[in-house]
Amino acid sequence: MSERKTVLQLTGVCKRFKGVFAVNHVDLNVQEGEIHALLGENGAGKSTLIKVMTGVYSADSGRIELCGTAVSPQSPLDAQRHGISTVYQEVNLLPNLSVAHNLYLGREPRRFGCIQWRRLQKDAQALLRQFDLNIDVSESLSSYSIAIQQLVAIARAVDCSAKVLILDEPTASLDAKEVVVLFRILRSLRDKGVAILFVTHFLDQVYDLTDRITVLRNGEKVGTFNTAELPRPQLVAHMLGKELQSIEAEKTASRSDDTANTTLQVERLSTSQGLRDINFRAQAGDAVGLAGLLGSGRSEVCAALFGLAPLTEGQLSLRGNHYRPKSPADAIACGIALCPEDRKIEGIVHPLSVRENMILALQAKRGWWRPLPRHEQNQLAADATARLRIVCSDPEKPIGELSGGNQQKVILARWLMTHPNVLVLDEPTRGIDIGAHAEILQLIRQLCAEGMTLIVASSEIEELVAFSNKILVLRDKQLHTVIEADAISENAVLAAIAGSN
Amino acid sequence: MQLTHLTQHRLFLPLLALTIILLANVLFSPEFFHLEFKDGRLYGSLVDVLNRSAPTALLAIGMALVIATGGIDLSVGAVIAISGAICANLLNSGFDALPLVIFAGLAAGLAAGTINGGLVSIFGIQPIVATLVLMVAGRGIAQLINSGQIITFQHEGFAAIGVGTALGLPMPVIIAVAIFLLVQILMRFTALGLFVEATGCNPTASHYAGLNVKAIKFSVYGISGLCAALAGMIITADIQGADANNAGLWLELDAILAVVLGGASLAGGRFSLPLTMIGVLIIQTMSTTIIMSGIEPKYNLLIKSLVIIVVLLLQSPTFRQQIRQLFGAGKAMQGDRV
Repeated sequence: MSERKTVLQLTGVCKRFKGVFAVNHVDLNVQEGEIHALLGENGAGKSTLIKVMTGVYSADSGRIELCGTAVSPQSPLDAQRHGISTVYQEVNLLPNLSVAHNLYLGREPRRFGCIQWRRLQKDAQALLRQFDLNIDVSESLSSYSIAIQQLVAIARAVDCSAKVLILDEPTASLDAKEVVVLFRILRSLRDKGVAILFVTHFLDQVYDLTDRITVLRNGEKVGTFNTAELPRPQLVAHMLGKELQSIEAEKTASRSDDTANTTLQVERLSTSQGLRDINFRAQAGDAVGLAGLLGSGRSEVCAALFGLAPLTEGQLSLRGNHYRPKSPADAIACGIALCPEDRKIEGIVHPLSVRENMILALQAKRGWWRPLPRHEQNQLAADATARLRIVCSDPEKPIGELSGGNQQKVILARWLMTHPNVLVLDEPTRGIDIGAHAEILQLIRQLCAEGMTLIVASSEIEELVAFSNKILVLRDKQLHTVIEADAISENAVLAAIAGSN
Repeated sequence: MQLTHLTQHRLFLPLLALTIILLANVLFSPEFFHLEFKDGRLYGSLVDVLNRSAPTALLAIGMALVIATGGIDLSVGAVIAISGAICANLLNSGFDALPLVIFAGLAAGLAAGTINGGLVSIFGIQPIVATLVLMVAGRGIAQLINSGQIITFQHEGFAAIGVGTALGLPMPVIIAVAIFLLVQILMRFTALGLFVEATGCNPTASHYAGLNVKAIKFSVYGISGLCAALAGMIITADIQGADANNAGLWLELDAILAVVLGGASLAGGRFSLPLTMIGVLIIQTMSTTIIMSGIEPKYNLLIKSLVIIVVLLLQSPTFRQQIRQLFGAGKAMQGDRV
């Protein structure tokens, strides 16, 4: 393996923000024809390092060599010209343009200065076919799911440059089937000699796909290892700097199914978003998991409970009272909270401060004429920061400056402050490092123990199995199977999703 | 510590600009600072500046809120014409009780705000387009009310709004200060300011957090309409006549400029009424200064725009970074966000 040619070599790269090292003398060596995992907790310096490589930031010191020649990319475009392409966690394309145009944006085939639209479409179609994507490339990008948008972004990056491809959590918004497609493509790219740097939080995928692993912690490099020679517990230990306390599922003792104790009852729920005939019941202290493939209706159930999609049929009741929310404000007043799937668009309010983001829902619930006194706000923010272990030096910092995991915790804090009876979490651990991941799972358990009812939609079955005492498997926007208590296992959920009974 | 640093920063530049313009007067026309107390009222250029600023200040208060939600209100100049026309015609008709006239003027402003707010928040029309409708149609409505004439009137009570005196200061100044304090208290001593800013920063997330985003957008246009109507009454009372064509002409642009000089972004988000007021004073002080310093009037607009460009550039983070890099202080800056 070592006689392979080095494509990208970083030596002693440093980057400081306000005097604090975000990346401290990091070396990295990515070789031709390998998939190299870059791992670390949030705040370990992965994102900063990637931004240095792609020219978003310039390094304070150190060398970046590409195929033996020193480069210092000045902008993402410049990096792309050198042959370093990046696909980010959040799709960075233009949703209002067509898929084809997005693929060739800035490098459209031209004749006499005019864009050759027909050729562009044909090329786009051919390019996507290599990725097993048969979609109408003349449709606007926004008309497709995030997963497809992600694949389009990868197709664009791959087509732009063949030397180094950097993938920053490409699988965060993909479901299992799409991940398989993506991995097949990545492997074939590797076999063609492309060097791939892969950032992810899914350790399964690391072992499934990568050849070598570089671990960062607190801005410093812990080491580079051959994937095959590094056992998983040791990898986790490297990432956290300690052994992760195993968060084995302590199965919740199955309670008697007491109708009188029902917090939330959903009967024959159908909505304008296409949900049909959903029935379930949740008690205080229940954690109800929503499982299913992308588009199976997980998020739609969350939206219906939170008043985001009008009911066309059926009814909801909360603690025995009829419940029909017309807006999030209604839902919040009735004691329901939703931690939404798309944190950037639906969750954080940037550039408002961490404190303001936290108290926003509570303040909205109280009404504008009853402002929370400032000292109370500070107290609430300080309490939440301590309870959820949010890493944030100053609650007056704009929320966008926090890492993804900490932003998610701020949004959770926002909802916990409203003391909801039912907390709906839509993909609560998406794009979050394993440290915060474990903490959020622990929090879910703790909240259930306190008697809150949790409804959690997630594409990570392992995680659902870990904390749910009831899992609803959805298919085609209908309730397919309910798996309860002792019957819950990864295999049972997988089998239900796959459709065999 | 970061916060105090920030507020110092935010206040610093607009205040500095204002100070420099005032200092220019010390050099070129020291009589600018001459104040005199006569007949129970202060006289002097400084008082003049405040007095002439009042209508723009009122517009800018409403505009600051609208811009904070990510909108813009182009119709305020036309609303000035409408409220002026309604008041002038009422005064010339039999119904000239002062409370009734003022109420009618304000009602016109509120109606205009309701139309704007409805188009923007209920029908989702882009604010610049929605308010452009009333900007054009509003002057037409005012002309219809005036039957194409300039309507003059004689009414001491109403004229006092424009030329009267209270607490030793011109009435428009008192009105503008009172409205400023009222709105500032409404925004900062309730949660309204936070809601307005959250709406401007991220309307979707704000909706998810339980804010009634539509109502918030709707109400800021209402407030803007009311402020414009008040400004219209001041202007009409001042000249004791309603000129549908020229009253408040292009004043919406001064108001927008004042908000931007106050550090707000047209994309919505953070706003500051005190800084907006400083922005208004910068604009008006400059106009008065140019006239008093004896520079030929034909240079007026050019000088004004030059000063404004300098202030705006100094406030732009990108520009500041480039300047600092130019002078080799780049290292300290790299920590700042791009």
